[in-house]
Amino acid sequence: MLQDICTVFWRDWVVLKRRLPKFILSRMVAPMLYLVAFGWGLGRNIQVGSGSYLDFLVPGIMALNSMNISYNSLTPLCTERIYHRSIGEYIIAPMRFNAFIIGKILAAVLRGLISSAIIMILALAFGANLNITPLFVGILILNCVIFAEVGFFAAMKMDSYEELSQVNTYVLLPMSFLCGTFFSTRTLPEVLRWFIDVLPLTHTSYLLRGISTQSPVALESVAVLVVYAIIGFILGNKAFRDQLK
Amino acid sequence: MIKIQGLIKEFQVKNKDKKTVTKRAVDNLSLHVKPGEIFGILGPNGAGKTTTIRMLTMETKPTLGEIYYNGESIKKNPLEIKKLIGVVPQHINFDNDLTVGENMELHGRLHHMSSEKRKQRIQEMLEFVELGDTINRMPRSLSGGMKRRLLIARSLIHEPKILFMDEPTVALDPQVRRRIWELIRALAGKGTTVIITTHYIEEAEALCNRVAIVNKGKLIAIDTPEAFCKSLGRITVEWDDVDGHQYQFFESRQEAAAFAGTLEHGAHIRRTNLEDAFIELTGRKEGV
Ligand SMILES: Nc1ncnc2c1ncn2[C@@H]1O[C@H](COP(=O)(O)OP(=O)(O)O)[C@@H](O)[C@H]1O
Ligand SMILES: [Mg+2]
Repeated sequence: MLQDICTVFWRDWVVLKRRLPKFILSRMVAPMLYLVAFGWGLGRNIQVGSGSYLDFLVPGIMALNSMNISYNSLTPLCTERIYHRSIGEYIIAPMRFNAFIIGKILAAVLRGLISSAIIMILALAFGANLNITPLFVGILILNCVIFAEVGFFAAMKMDSYEELSQVNTYVLLPMSFLCGTFFSTRTLPEVLRWFIDVLPLTHTSYLLRGISTQSPVALESVAVLVVYAIIGFILGNKAFRDQLK
Repeated sequence: MIKIQGLIKEFQVKNKDKKTVTKRAVDNLSLHVKPGEIFGILGPNGAGKTTTIRMLTMETKPTLGEIYYNGESIKKNPLEIKKLIGVVPQHINFDNDLTVGENMELHGRLHHMSSEKRKQRIQEMLEFVELGDTINRMPRSLSGGMKRRLLIARSLIHEPKILFMDEPTVALDPQVRRRIWELIRALAGKGTTVIITTHYIEEAEALCNRVAIVNKGKLIAIDTPEAFCKSLGRITVEWDDVDGHQYQFFESRQEAAAFAGTLEHGAHIRRTNLEDAFIELTGRKEGV
């Protein structure tokens, strides 16, 4: 099992390694824009609680960015499934399907963490105060796992790249802005807020921000994320098995 | 070696009125494959050959029916069976983000081969299909024929005991096709069981110990190529008249010649081949 997980991870690492400089460069663009527009431009005039808006913003950007990166790390599986059919090699191999899913998730986590590290460095360069602890990294990983699973599930279920980008537009993009990333959900209308507070990214944002600003951590939020990760894994496994129908 | 009992595969497909209907791709197929034989599955396009292979290689689940390897159901220990099999799929399925060599390495790793063994076998197999110099190229830069040869090389890296080949020589030059036939015979000579699907009748005739003729998902007949020809009559007389192209089969050349002498038009006398048997049994020529 472990050997097979390594094989699946190896494949993604080979591909990533070849494009690493390009990957890093392209991953700098969006966070850089967020930092400039909201942190530097807009943010200088905003006060949130005690700290600066930049300190408030950076954990939110890290949450939304790790969500986007890990989701989009696994969406190419859709074309590998439908057009290249290269998934077939794994299905006929003497390997447990879970090894495939875990290997892919780990590869997505790696990408998510690389891009988070890039943001961290950028944010520090912009003068943000960050308190990165092992728990902070752990939450970040958990967030990557959840959205890698969403990406995996979507890649198994959707029939085209178009449908996949609709998930981006109608699910991930609204979450990027609303889930406590750029502003506190407390200012939202009651009904919307109730809905937003159920979403995993909201919990990630609040947890990361809490740890970063050395406030007490809500353990329920950690539990919520773990539950999402488990459900995501079960759904991903089922979606993969459905390929055999 | 492999025993199939009452295998059925149904797909839910949309018809022209956009209603979902059940389509039976494989319909109550039963057969067995003996160890070390080259077993052919011959049938026109859409006969259900690929679907059958995909069920045997556990890429897709049967709707109904059982598959046994060495007397054991595939449901019991699928991973142990998967270790034994190699597959040349009908559709080219390389990982387009990996080089040729990396694609081969992925296969070796998936089959838990040691690093030295992997390197040695990859080199060996690439050289066998004359693609030794493509190791650092991307698969998409290869020609169709090269990709097909590469599929075969990849399927053999882990030295499978049972090899499934789904139309392996489609779009290959006659020379290459013959080289692949030789390879298949050599593998069978060393004890590998080969299950090959084809819609080239001469391929089945040249290669297979036994042939299953399938049409519309159903098994029509199963026998050796010689027995198929013998049961029709070893000699065929072919001629054209006002009703079109005609055939008749005879036990011996003398009988055939005597019959040909009675015809008004000229006739062609030749040995009966698998194609004749195939046409007799499936009653259709289109798609072959
Ligand atoms: N995944 C699928 N979904 C729907 N129909 C399918 C699927 N796979 C095969 N079929 C149908 O089943 C029949 C048999 O197909 P196939 O096994 O590919 O035949 P062959 O390999 O003999 O050409 C065809 O009519 C084909 O359209
Ligand atoms: Mg086919």
